[in-house]
Amino acid sequence: MSVLVEAKELKKYFETKSGTLHAVDGITCSIEEGKTLGVVGESGCGKSTLGRTVLHLLESTGGQLFFQGKDVTRLDRHGLRELRSKAQMIFQDPYSSLNPRMTVSQLIAEPLKIEGKLSKKEINEKVLELMDTVGLAERLYNTFPHELDGGRRQRIGVAKALAVNPQFIVCDEPVSALDVSIQAQILNLLKDLQEKRNLTYMFITHDLSVVKYISHDIMVMYLGQMVEKGPAKEIFQQTIHPYTKALFSALPQPSIHNRQERIILKGELSSPINPKPGCRFAKRCIYAQEACFVDTPELVEYSPNHMVACHRAREING
Amino acid sequence: MAEEKNRQVSSAVRAEDVMRKYKKQSRLGMIWRQYRKNALSMFSLALILILAAMALGADWIAPYGATEQNISDRFMGPCAAHLFGTDGLGRDIFSRVVYGARVSMIVGFISTGVSAFFGIILGSIAGFCGGWIDNVIMRVLDVFMAIPNMLMAMVLSATLGTGMINCMLAVGITGIPNMARVARASVMTQRNQEYIESARSNNAGNGRIIFRYVLPNALSPIFVAVASGIANAITVAASLSFIGLGIQPPNPEWGAMLSAGREYIMEYPWLCIFPGIAILITVFSLNNIGDGLRDALDPRLKN
Repeated sequence: MSVLVEAKELKKYFETKSGTLHAVDGITCSIEEGKTLGVVGESGCGKSTLGRTVLHLLESTGGQLFFQGKDVTRLDRHGLRELRSKAQMIFQDPYSSLNPRMTVSQLIAEPLKIEGKLSKKEINEKVLELMDTVGLAERLYNTFPHELDGGRRQRIGVAKALAVNPQFIVCDEPVSALDVSIQAQILNLLKDLQEKRNLTYMFITHDLSVVKYISHDIMVMYLGQMVEKGPAKEIFQQTIHPYTKALFSALPQPSIHNRQERIILKGELSSPINPKPGCRFAKRCIYAQEACFVDTPELVEYSPNHMVACHRAREING
Repeated sequence: MAEEKNRQVSSAVRAEDVMRKYKKQSRLGMIWRQYRKNALSMFSLALILILAAMALGADWIAPYGATEQNISDRFMGPCAAHLFGTDGLGRDIFSRVVYGARVSMIVGFISTGVSAFFGIILGSIAGFCGGWIDNVIMRVLDVFMAIPNMLMAMVLSATLGTGMINCMLAVGITGIPNMARVARASVMTQRNQEYIESARSNNAGNGRIIFRYVLPNALSPIFVAVASGIANAITVAASLSFIGLGIQPPNPEWGAMLSAGREYIMEYPWLCIFPGIAILITVFSLNNIGDGLRDALDPRLKN
């Protein structure tokens, strides 16, 4: 297995009136080809910003990005074009991410037209093929997105992302705007596509059941930083970081026998603007000690491939 | 191998079939079929077409010349010889209204053209770029906005001098800030839409984003502004003529005719009524056409 996407100390800061907002603050992660990395965290933790930075929709402030081993941190027009024929995005809101003035076929054809490699006829063939692939009936060829339901709209989004035959797709909460029944359809579609085309996903979501279903690895973010990362199975068996524990305790248990105690987090998210050193979760953490407010915890390997950033990881879980 | 080739051929054939079957109806055709459903807008379009025909065919339609005087027939009420009556110099009011349509239409369309051209360009730039560019453009336009419309038009035409071209310029310039504001607001709401980001993720250039994404979606409020702008321009031009700063006598212009007729409004009301009705019909129709166009242009309002 080769690593397809790699980020090293990736940073994205925004300048605001009250200071520098650290939206993504030193994320190091890699995704293997054909695998899915699930990125979870509460809203405002920088998940979407991370996805957009990886795709160069936002310019990174610091750190490095590699795609297929090639440094893609800074790209010129040509490099950007190349990257975007390999890396695409599925957007969260299928209502606002599709141009309302374009028909289904125009929407799907748009990336191909911009790419400019195929003739009009070939594009049309490809559009029909894509509509087949994502399960859009041929009769929808000339309909406008507003005439369709959320699930079909998101299928257009998937087809658009697939159009240029990418290897990597950032899925930014692709199902959170959909009904549960339709969520399953879209998730299955994404899973099938991954198997058939050996796609690699970065799957951003706040829905843990979704992430459990689709991810191979899981990364938990808190205020722009990674607090825990590991194989999905392992994390769902044993959470290490106090924040992850709290987050996962919110998962509904489908059994009446071994109910877990819910951990209710107190306090508010501390501000991502000019954050102070120390663990960012310390203020809300029930295990916090003095050291937690002073030193920023390093990411260490707790068990093979299972990384965690907590001073007291061993004590708490020991 | 052969099977693979067969499959490819059949998919190509199918693609052509589908393309033929769902042949895209032309955009204009679609807009027209949508527009046709709105009875009031259709009626207004018919009125405007009649007025336009009047303006174009004035030479054939008008029974008398626009400035032809017939002193023996002064202040005649509407009758068979003079449909709308005559004025104090014995000029046929019907003929003057017909010729006046020409002047009013030209003034309305050209001055709105001026304000739309500059207003949309300035407003779109301000809305799309944002930041200091937006600030500079909009603050300058704010200064113009601070001056009441009518006063502005008066100052401009007083400085430029009277006459039709200057009148159009004055009215046109006066309309720029409003047009720019509408365009800016409309472009700004589009700029932050997710589909713009989606286009960027497909590597769409700025040109493509502006012309395929921002403008088509931003156009409907601008269209309405243009349509009501024409109506507004006609009224402003009429007002300018009314106070003697616009089209000069003896040229027939509805506003000027109103102005000339106001002294006799009690005794000979038709001097004012007919040019007034002409202005009313034009403004009313243009406003309705604007509304109809906006609805027809928006695929979301279909059915």
